[in-house]
Amino acid sequence: MAKTLAEKVWDAHVVRKGDGDGANAQPDLLFIDLHLVHEVTSPQAFEGLRLAGRKLRRPDLTIATEDHNTPTLDIDKPIADLTSRTQIQTLRNNCAEFGVRLHSLGDAEQGIVHVVGPQLGLTQPGMTVVCGDSHTSTHGAFGALAMGIGTSEVEHVMATQTLSLKPFKTMAINVEGTLRPGVTAKDIILAVIAKIGTGGGQGYVLEYRGSAIRALSMDARMTICNMSIEAGARAGMVAPDETTYEFMKGRPHAPEGADWDAAVEYWNTLRTDDDATFDAQVDLDADTLEPFVTWGTNPGQGVSLSESVPSPEDFGDENAKAAAERALQYMGLEAGTPMKDIRVDTVFLGSCTNSRMEDLRAAADIIRGRRKDPNIRMLVVPGSARVRLEAEAEGLDRVFKDFGAEWRFAGCSMCLGMNPDQLEVGERCASTSNRNFEGRQGKGGRTHLVSPVVAAATAIRGTLSSPSDLDPAPESAAIRTDAA
Amino acid sequence: MEKFTTHTGIGVPLRQSNVDTDQIIPAVYLKRITRTGFEDALFSAWRKDPSFILNQAPFTAGSVLVAGRDFGTGSSREHAVWALKDYGFKAVLSSRFADIFRGNSGKQGLLAAEVSQDDIELIWKELEHAPGTEVTVDLVSKTVVCGNIVAPFEIDDYTRWRLLEGLDDIGLTLQHEADITAYEATRPSFKPKTLPARLS
Repeated sequence: MAKTLAEKVWDAHVVRKGDGDGANAQPDLLFIDLHLVHEVTSPQAFEGLRLAGRKLRRPDLTIATEDHNTPTLDIDKPIADLTSRTQIQTLRNNCAEFGVRLHSLGDAEQGIVHVVGPQLGLTQPGMTVVCGDSHTSTHGAFGALAMGIGTSEVEHVMATQTLSLKPFKTMAINVEGTLRPGVTAKDIILAVIAKIGTGGGQGYVLEYRGSAIRALSMDARMTICNMSIEAGARAGMVAPDETTYEFMKGRPHAPEGADWDAAVEYWNTLRTDDDATFDAQVDLDADTLEPFVTWGTNPGQGVSLSESVPSPEDFGDENAKAAAERALQYMGLEAGTPMKDIRVDTVFLGSCTNSRMEDLRAAADIIRGRRKDPNIRMLVVPGSARVRLEAEAEGLDRVFKDFGAEWRFAGCSMCLGMNPDQLEVGERCASTSNRNFEGRQGKGGRTHLVSPVVAAATAIRGTLSSPSDLDPAPESAAIRTDAA
Repeated sequence: MEKFTTHTGIGVPLRQSNVDTDQIIPAVYLKRITRTGFEDALFSAWRKDPSFILNQAPFTAGSVLVAGRDFGTGSSREHAVWALKDYGFKAVLSSRFADIFRGNSGKQGLLAAEVSQDDIELIWKELEHAPGTEVTVDLVSKTVVCGNIVAPFEIDDYTRWRLLEGLDDIGLTLQHEADITAYEATRPSFKPKTLPARLS
């Protein structure tokens, strides 16, 4: 029978078929190839194991890192916030007790869990990957079935290396055409979410397809899959291809020798069959796409940067109208204001969505030789310690520092403000992260989600801007079309 | 897990769609390492506003939350479910739940009942017209009763069965441990292992 990519990966992991349709029918039990762990959603799961006298079944398929709470300054000093410090110490104790590999603050492999997995070559095509973090969907960029789970499921995976899962429906997201200069993967995914809504993907695994997706780098594909959860989907995937293999090859945990050949042979089968059918389909035209930005308080409330803040009256549905009214009030925006007239206070370049090398390079290419708006504070937070080292080897840190941005240590940082990197009440931020929820980046903070190149252009002009709004730089700064 | 068959309690109309988990419990409360004691964290930003529904008697004593579409979007934090439970909620009604939130609820014995948006609107009107009206959520018959309104709700059969029986998921899976061991023996050698650690 013809299958989609998601169905192939699913079927290859069934430990035990479900019992069918009866009232107490257990769903399929799936094997989990990789379990990523961090300090926030794991302590209660480890405690659960301890209380039940259970072991962690597969420490060799489990890896932990510290990311959500970690400071991005003074990382050699004890963490000032006592509850953060306690939570991190708890992770360290738990990993030591249960034999889990941990990359702690200060380690070259520490960083945002979704940057670390791919970077080490642990995320590979055709795998099942889970983590107690909704942005686990990132790993789908490799053709893995990757899902965020809650703490009860974290404990379940620790104890059994499996999950009981109801089959998902499949949705094809077809993106055909060529992105224009200054338009990136982030704009694709923001446009998809605006189109289908925050619940549009609910119950689905999304597969991103089409010429525009094939042309993207792995960093860019990760950006897209990362935000699948913002459309309500359980996972997002891209079929593996030469771009994927090129990225994988030589990574510390990539297969070697005969294993590599066997792996590639298998990975080559991980494509949706030509005659397979999806339960739903969405088309997006890459040729006409513009830089995208959110105006509201959920990621579906977005428009092209060249448009204006919408009016609640634009929405037919009463609930959408009420949501828009509330969002405009929270965001301190008036309907009809051109998005490009909106002045921001802070620019955040980072998060599991946009903190990889390509993101930093794309932003650096925009700001090189230009000046930051003096009223803007800009934070650059690499996704991992390794990314930070690589960026420094390329001299990107100097570009950011010369521009007047703060060059920080790796972590989740201002994406969710669990560490000191937070917005003040009323502070407005152009952020390369993934969620513009009320208070997400700090109580009362206002978030506009943007791509790295829009973030960079905004830091120069002080208002939400695209690279095409900039005057030519003294030394020409090429805009990468393949940028995340 | 405690068994859930039926619950009757004061309904709280939360006329808002896209109630994300950052609103249900802001990230600052996620630093705790316990599984209980999150009642103060529930909707903590919104509860600072005196006009917020949970600051209005008799809703302060509510135990059935009736929310707008796309409830529980965003983060996978199970703390959102713990906070709702710790506050005293036994059930949440919405016309659409985020997948992870719904899964987490099922693991923790909080009933996430999917009710049509038309019925949600009717229940909202009833609860606003007569504050303090009790809502009965019956998992056996999969119905919600509020005043004269009787509405069906959806929940997947397996979660319903586990809630009715109060069963521990891990215990159920470990009954199939032999299947897991058999599967493990068939995994190809090219699949990566985290140990021993290989570094760049």
